[in-house]
Amino acid sequence: MIDFNLIPLLPEIFLSLIGMGLLIVGVSEGNAATRVVCWAAAAGFAIAALILLGVGWDTRSVLNGMFVMDKFAGFMKLMILTGLIASVALSVRYLVEEGMERFEFPVLIIFAGIGMMMMVSANNLLTLYMGLELQSLSLYVLAAFHRNSLRSSEAGIKYFVLGALSSGMLLFGVSLIYGFTGSLDFEVIGRTLAGLDVVPLGATFGLVFILAGLAFKISAVPFHMWTPDVYQGAPTAVTALFAIVPKIAAFALLMRLLFEPFAGLSDQWLQIVYFISLMSMVIGAFAGIVQENIKRLLAYSSIGNMGYALIGVVAGGAAGAGSVVLYLLIYMVMTVGVFTVVLSMRRQGMGVYRISDLSGLSKTAPGLAYAMAILMFSMSGIPPAAGFFGKLVVFNAAVGQGYYVLATLGILTSVVAAYYYLRVIKVMFFDEPADVFDGGMPFARRAVLLISILFVLGFVIKPSVFVSSSFSAVASLFAG
Amino acid sequence: MVDFPLLSLMTFLPVVGVLIILAIRGEEKVVEQNTRHMALYTSLFTLAFALFMYTRFDGSSAEFQFVEQSGWLKPLGIDYHLGVDGISVFFVLLSAFLTPVCILSAWSVVKTRVKEFMITFLLLESFMIGTFVALDAVLFYVFFEGVLIPMFLIIGVWGGPRRVYSAYKFFLYTLLGSVLMLIGLLTLYAQTGTTDIPTLMDNPVARDLQIWLWLAFFASFAVKMPMWPVHTWLPDAHVEAPTAGSVILAGVLLKMGGYGFLRFSLPMFPEASAYFADMVYALSVIAIIYTSLVALVQEDMKKLIAYSSVAHMGFVTLGIFTATTQGIEGGIFQMISHGLISGALFLCVGVVYDRLHTREIERYGGIVKNMPKYATVFMILMLGSVGLPGTSGFVGEFLVLLGAFQANTFVAALAATGVILGAAYMLILYRRVVFGPRVNNDALSMPDLNQREAGLLISLVLLVLWLGVFPGTVMDKVSPSVNKLITDYNAKLEAAAGLEAGEGAVKE
Repeated sequence: MIDFNLIPLLPEIFLSLIGMGLLIVGVSEGNAATRVVCWAAAAGFAIAALILLGVGWDTRSVLNGMFVMDKFAGFMKLMILTGLIASVALSVRYLVEEGMERFEFPVLIIFAGIGMMMMVSANNLLTLYMGLELQSLSLYVLAAFHRNSLRSSEAGIKYFVLGALSSGMLLFGVSLIYGFTGSLDFEVIGRTLAGLDVVPLGATFGLVFILAGLAFKISAVPFHMWTPDVYQGAPTAVTALFAIVPKIAAFALLMRLLFEPFAGLSDQWLQIVYFISLMSMVIGAFAGIVQENIKRLLAYSSIGNMGYALIGVVAGGAAGAGSVVLYLLIYMVMTVGVFTVVLSMRRQGMGVYRISDLSGLSKTAPGLAYAMAILMFSMSGIPPAAGFFGKLVVFNAAVGQGYYVLATLGILTSVVAAYYYLRVIKVMFFDEPADVFDGGMPFARRAVLLISILFVLGFVIKPSVFVSSSFSAVASLFAG
Repeated sequence: MVDFPLLSLMTFLPVVGVLIILAIRGEEKVVEQNTRHMALYTSLFTLAFALFMYTRFDGSSAEFQFVEQSGWLKPLGIDYHLGVDGISVFFVLLSAFLTPVCILSAWSVVKTRVKEFMITFLLLESFMIGTFVALDAVLFYVFFEGVLIPMFLIIGVWGGPRRVYSAYKFFLYTLLGSVLMLIGLLTLYAQTGTTDIPTLMDNPVARDLQIWLWLAFFASFAVKMPMWPVHTWLPDAHVEAPTAGSVILAGVLLKMGGYGFLRFSLPMFPEASAYFADMVYALSVIAIIYTSLVALVQEDMKKLIAYSSVAHMGFVTLGIFTATTQGIEGGIFQMISHGLISGALFLCVGVVYDRLHTREIERYGGIVKNMPKYATVFMILMLGSVGLPGTSGFVGEFLVLLGAFQANTFVAALAATGVILGAAYMLILYRRVVFGPRVNNDALSMPDLNQREAGLLISLVLLVLWLGVFPGTVMDKVSPSVNKLITDYNAKLEAAAGLEAGEGAVKE
C-alpha cells in the first residue's frame, strides 16, 4: 500500500514550488530581478516556516517511513528557516556591492534549504543521502559563485572535491549498513542492530564511514581542513550561510542517526565522537590564535564550536541532546551577528578581512564595535551573554554523565579560544583607528544585527524560554 | 524588613543608569557632563539603597534577609535567588560606596570616552553587587565572571602603556581559574541536583568529592584573591589600570575571592577545608612574608601597594581557614578595612600621578611642604595600612593573628613578622615620597589637594578611623552569621568524624 499523506511535507513542497517558480521568473526577467527574487525567497522561507508551524509536530512518518516529522524535526527546521532568512537578508546588498547580482543565488539557497530540511526529516538512508546531496551540490556552486575571483573558484573546487569524497565515504558506509542489516529504514536498522548479540565488523565500518562523512559536513576535526580555505575564499555572504545553516542540518541528521538507528552501537560511536569533539575543541582553539584573517578566524571558531556541541552528543540522553540543540541555536544567532559585522567591513567598495582592519573601530564606528564586542564576549562564553548558557548546558550534560575529563579539557580550551576573541576586541578598542569603513549599513543588516544583539543580551533575563523549548524538542528522539 | 525587591533594585539600578546614559544625545561636551552626573546620581541612589538596607538589616539574625526567589532557568531547576546575611551585607555596602568614589575620582581625570567609562563602571557595580547578593551558585557565577568584561575594558582602554598585556593577563588568568570552578559547580549540581547556596550549605557532599570540589573552587578564588603563587596578574593589572580601576580592583574585586571562601569553601566543603587548612596557612604565610619583601624593593608606587595588597590578603586567607571566630571575623574585617584603605591609597597615588604623570617613587620627595593636606591624609592611610591601633587596619590584623594563635602558634608567629615588614615598606614609601630630599622641582611645585580630592580622601579617612575606634559597627552585624558558620562547620566535621569512627567500629 502506498502511504500518500503529504501534509508533513508541505513546507518542503511549498519551497520547491517557490524555488522553481523563482527560477522561471529569473530566467524571464534576467539578473535585474535578483533583488526581487532574493526578497521573494526570504518571504518564501517565512511562509514555509508558518506552514511548518501549522502542520503539527506530533511524531509520524510518511511515504512508507522515508520521511519523519516530529518535534525535533520541526524545531530544527524552524531554526534552519530562520537562519536562511537571515542569510538571504544579509546577501541582498552584498550581491550588489560585489557586482554579482545573479538570480541563481537565492534560488540555490532555496534548494540548499530544501536539502537541509530533508536531512532533518530523513528516516531512511536514501532520504538522508538525497537531502545531503541536494544541499551540498547547491552549496558547492554557491562557494564558487564569485566567478571572476580566483579564491572563490578555488574555494568552490576545494569544497567540491573534498565534499564529494566525504559523500562517497558516507555512501560507502550506507552500503555497508544496508548489507549488514538488510534495510535502509532507520527503524528497521535500529531494531536489527539492537537485536544482535555481537555487532558485525562490517556494520561498525559502515558506522565509521557515515560518521566520517558527517564530520566533514560539520567541519569537525580531523575532517576540518577545508573549512578555513572555503570560509576565506567563498563570497562573505556565502561564508555566512555556511557558518549558520548547514551545520544545524548536519547536526540534526547526526543526532537522529546516533540516537535512533545507531543507539545500539553507542559503544562503537561514543569513543569516535568523544575524540572528534575533543580534537575539534583543541584545534579550533589553538589554530585560531595565529589567524590574521577574520574569516579564517571564524572558521576555526566554528570548528571549536562544533566540538563543544559534540560534547552534548557524547553525553547523550535527553539532557545531552537538548543541550546540543540549545547550543546550536545560540551559536547560530551569534554567528549571524558576527557575519553581519564582517559584511560591513568594506573600504572603497572592497571587502577587507584582516583583523587589523578593525583597528580602532570603537572610535570610527562605535555601534558596530560594541555589537562585535558583545558578540565576541558571548562567543568566548563569558556571562551574562547568551554564549555562556550554551556552554553551561553542554558542560552540565557532560558532567552529569560523568565525562569530567572531556568537560575539563573542553572548558580549558575555551579559555584558549577566549584569547582570540579578546584579540578582536583589543584591536577594536585598544588600538589606534585605521581608515573608516564605508558607511551606510542597509536596513536589513541593521535589523539582523539588532535582533542578534538583543537575543545575546536578553537571553539571561528569561533563559528558561529557549532552554525549555530546546529540551522539549529532543524528547521525540528518545520516545521510542 | 522591606516589602519590595530591594536587592534586585540595587543590583539592576546601575543597569538602568546605563540605559539612560546610552540615550543621552547632543553636543559632545554636554553629553560628557551629563553622563558624569547621571553616573554619579545612579551610583549615589544605589548607595542610598545600600544604606537603607543596612539600617533595615537585622543584625541579631544569622539568616539570609531580603530574600527574593523566583524561577529563572526552570528546566534545570536553577532559581533567581537573592539574599544577604552578615557576611555579605558589608561587601554590598563597600561596593556601593566605592563606585561613586571611583566615579568622582575620575570626574575630570578621564577625558577620553567619558560615556563608555561611566557605562563600564556602572555595569561593574551591578555585577559586583550581584556577586555578593546571589544565593544561587550559577547566578553567582554569572555575576562573578561578568565582572571580567568591564574590568578588561577599563584596564585596556584607559590604562597605561602596557595596558594590553595587563588586560589580557588579568582576563585570561582569572578566567582560567573561574572555569575550573564552573566544572566544580556543575559536578556539585550533578551530585546534589541543586545549585541553591543555602541548600548546598546544609547538605555537604562526600569527603572524596569535597576534596576535588574544594580544589576546583580554590582555583578560582585563589586567583581572584590573589594568593601566592597565582598573584602575578595583580601588580600588572594595578600598575596599568587607571586610578579608578585600581581602586575598585583593590577595593572590591579582590574581596570576591575571600567572600567565595566564606560562602562556598568553608560551609560546603568543611572536611576538605580542614584537610587543606595547612596548605592555605603555608601559602598565606609565604604571601605575607614574600610579597612584603618584594614590596620593599619596589620603585613604582602602585606596584608597591599592589604587593602590599597580596600580603594583606594573605592575612585574610589565614584568618578564614583558621575557622575560629576571631580568625573569620578578622578576615572579614580585614577585607573591608583593606577595601577602604588600599582604595584610598590608590587614590593618593592617583592624586600625585595626575600632577606629575609618573608613579616612580624617585621622582617625588619632600612634597610635605607644598602639599600639607595631602601629606596628612596619606599619613593616616599609610598608618592604617600598617595596622596602627585606632585605624581599621589594626582590628583586622589583630583578630586574624588572634585566631591564628589558636590554630597554629608557629604560623601566627611567622604571620606576625608581616606586620613589621608592612610597617617597613609603607614607612619607607611615605618617607621617600612625602619627606626626603627636596630635589625634584616639578614635584615641589605641585598644588595641594583640590576640593574634590580632599572630600573623597577625607571621607575615606573618617571611615577608616571610625572603624578603627568603633569596630562594633561592623562586628555586631557580622558576628551572628560567622558564629552560625563556625557552629555548622564544626558540627559537620564532628558528624563526619563520628561517621568515620562508626565505620571504623563496624570494621573492627
